[in-house]
Amino acid sequence: MNTPAESAVATPAPAPARGGGRARRMTELAFRVRELGIVLALGLLILVTGILEPRFVGAGSLRNLALNASIIAILAVGQTLVILTRNIDISVGSILGLAAFMAGTLLSNNPDLPIPLVIVLGMALGGACGMLNGVLVTYGRVPALVVTLGTLYIFRGIAFLWTDGRQVNAETLPDRFLNLGTSSIVGIPILVLFAFVVVLVVGQCLRDLRAGREFYAIGSNPEAARLAGVRSDRRVNTAFVVSGALAGLGGVLFTARFGTVDATAGTGYELTVVAAAVVGGVAVFGGSGSVYGAALGALLLGSITSALIVLRVDAFWQMAAIGGLLLLAIAIDRFVGLRLEAALRQRSSRRAG
Amino acid sequence: MTPDAPTPILELRDAVKSYGAVRALRRGTIALRPGEVRALVGENGAGKSTLVKLLAGVIRRDGGEMLVDGEVVDFHAPPDARAAGIAVIYQEPTLFPDLSVAENVVMGRHPLKGGRRIDRTAMHEEVQGLLDRLGVRLDAERPVRGLSIADQQIVEIAKALSFDARVLIMDEPTAALSGPEVERLFGVVGALRDRGAAILFISHRLEEVFAICSTVTVMRDGEVVHDADTADLTTDELVRRMVGRELTALFPKLDSEPGPTVLRVERLTREGVFTDVSFEVRAGEIVALAGLVGAGRSEVARAIFGIDKPDGGTVDVAGERLAPGRPLAAMRAGIGFVPEDRRQQGLVMDHSIQRNVTLTRLKALARFGLLRTPSERSLAAEWSKRLQLKYHRLDDPVGFLSGGNQQKVVLAKWLATHPKVLMVDEPTRGIDVGTKAEVHRLLSELAQKGLAVLMVSSELPEVLGMADRVLVMHEGRITAELSREEADEESVMRAATGQLELAA
Repeated sequence: MNTPAESAVATPAPAPARGGGRARRMTELAFRVRELGIVLALGLLILVTGILEPRFVGAGSLRNLALNASIIAILAVGQTLVILTRNIDISVGSILGLAAFMAGTLLSNNPDLPIPLVIVLGMALGGACGMLNGVLVTYGRVPALVVTLGTLYIFRGIAFLWTDGRQVNAETLPDRFLNLGTSSIVGIPILVLFAFVVVLVVGQCLRDLRAGREFYAIGSNPEAARLAGVRSDRRVNTAFVVSGALAGLGGVLFTARFGTVDATAGTGYELTVVAAAVVGGVAVFGGSGSVYGAALGALLLGSITSALIVLRVDAFWQMAAIGGLLLLAIAIDRFVGLRLEAALRQRSSRRAG
Repeated sequence: MTPDAPTPILELRDAVKSYGAVRALRRGTIALRPGEVRALVGENGAGKSTLVKLLAGVIRRDGGEMLVDGEVVDFHAPPDARAAGIAVIYQEPTLFPDLSVAENVVMGRHPLKGGRRIDRTAMHEEVQGLLDRLGVRLDAERPVRGLSIADQQIVEIAKALSFDARVLIMDEPTAALSGPEVERLFGVVGALRDRGAAILFISHRLEEVFAICSTVTVMRDGEVVHDADTADLTTDELVRRMVGRELTALFPKLDSEPGPTVLRVERLTREGVFTDVSFEVRAGEIVALAGLVGAGRSEVARAIFGIDKPDGGTVDVAGERLAPGRPLAAMRAGIGFVPEDRRQQGLVMDHSIQRNVTLTRLKALARFGLLRTPSERSLAAEWSKRLQLKYHRLDDPVGFLSGGNQQKVVLAKWLATHPKVLMVDEPTRGIDVGTKAEVHRLLSELAQKGLAVLMVSSELPEVLGMADRVLVMHEGRITAELSREEADEESVMRAATGQLELAA
């Protein structure tokens, strides 16, 4: 074997002893850093705003930050599942609106309805909406952006037809339901607890179940997933159903928190939710990211908005700040990713031979 | 085949597969026995990949039989093949870059602990064990992203081992490997064979076939034409069996008097793709760039035209140096480039014939930045007539035309620029026989009128029938320059498979 290509390849330097451990630590750090980075940014934001405006770091104010982020965080968890599989779900705001109005109507007409039942119904409605998205994407072979853009309008349209200009008012809702949005258990708001449970449960499933790992596989390399016997269609469908069900849950909690609900509830949430996931390090091309990151992203976005309001910054600049943050997050991801890849590749080539 | 040979683990008998009207596989007959390393060789398009895809369950056969351990079976999807113990390692590894090596190996079959949760410790130990058994230093917990192709192939082999694959099919595994990596791979293959696995090894490197394979199956034109022990064959015989075909098609090659040098390429290099490529093409000459798929021929053409920027070397057109990496400069200097994939790169399929023909002449046809339809039409009509394009109306979308007529539109588009050099990549791929001859006649006529033609082609009859000179590439280098008289199927094939070095 004396082909010219071989003689042209420079002989690599002698391999160092098993360098994998370091490569692993490096990558693990980079992944942690992603979430650590958000925590850091969050701390910095609260600190700086707190110095400028001490009221911002009062217990009540911080509690509000967490409360405001809870519903977005729950939706961002569902969105993460969808984005992991290289899809997107921008119909979640409309699903939330639909479920919110349903919960409000049900409870003002039947004040004795058990709250868990209302929650289950809200999630079922959301899940059904998600199923429609999933079926259109997997069996209809229509890009998710187009499908969910369509259902965004459809679900919102249904909400308008259904509400017919009416709105649900807080006075007509039972107190025990409204308490869900305001009261706390051992000092932690119930809404925040909901978000915690959702993040932890889905996070653990993604980490520890075979099905969870398959979400990553599909997004990382769809063709390889097919060859490995992963039932991609079923998984993608599941992602949309979970995203829809969590948007449904978010809708019920929305009603509990705000009391007043009309057909426009949750308008524009989809953008915040996608932004939260992306800021939280969920790769838009699928295959990497975590629900923890997405939830932290929701918290960071919410906090920035609050901070800018507290600091009396013009509404235009609030939007611009969020947009800037989004671009910054993507730029950092790209940069870290490239550096990481280069480092890993170097290690491989040094070891080869 | 001796009568006392053990039952094949996997056997294919008279398998047939067609894609539309194209018969990709006419007769696929192959048997893989335990402890056997079998080579599958053949020219580009001989049907090797189709046969592999059948064995892997990626596509389904139209006819014939498949047997596993002597029993008739039918694979509906890749997991069926895997369940039967068949692992395929494709040229391009199919891995998940975002996941760890261990997860790539066990995807869908993770070891579990209580509550159906994944047992990470067990997973990492299991995969690390496999990697250690393969004798490679690779960490099971690192992500696949950033692994070299060689290491990725090792991960694929570990995957095959993890489900006790008894048949390992490797599609040109060494194409992207360096010397030491190839040897490491062969070490692993030998160990698998000794354990009783059957291995099917597809390679264009004949020296490797003789080095590690005990038996060889030769395919040609979709048929298995020969089956023998490698010990009973010489390289020459093998090459002859691979190409052994009559020059059936008639090529209307016209004599032309070569003029001055028009295209001069010197030491053109693009790292990792091709190295030190130097040649010249004279006016009135057809020079063929032959070689196997992946030898770097199309890449050279792309670099000359400036689509990819070369790392070194120069291109001169009619004595003028070309700025590297600038297609517009190349066009202005008088190069036309008919790309390999005309549907994607050569044409705007939804646009009309007229629009496609005039795409390269927009500036000349416009007045104050606006296109004038009458002049567009007359230009398109003129070229359609010259090339004997068969069309209904010039306003019809190009997509309506047959492959051959589409190719004529691409040619017209470039000829309208009055080029000095025309580069055509696979001029007749996917074109029916009749139109093929027309395209050949056209190229020949153009050369006779003084055009310099550089033709990249994988079809040997085309190369031999059309070219005044043949340059053969092997692994990114020109390994032979043959005159029309010297060039025959064997000499070209030998150079293309690295059996013949260019006399320095």
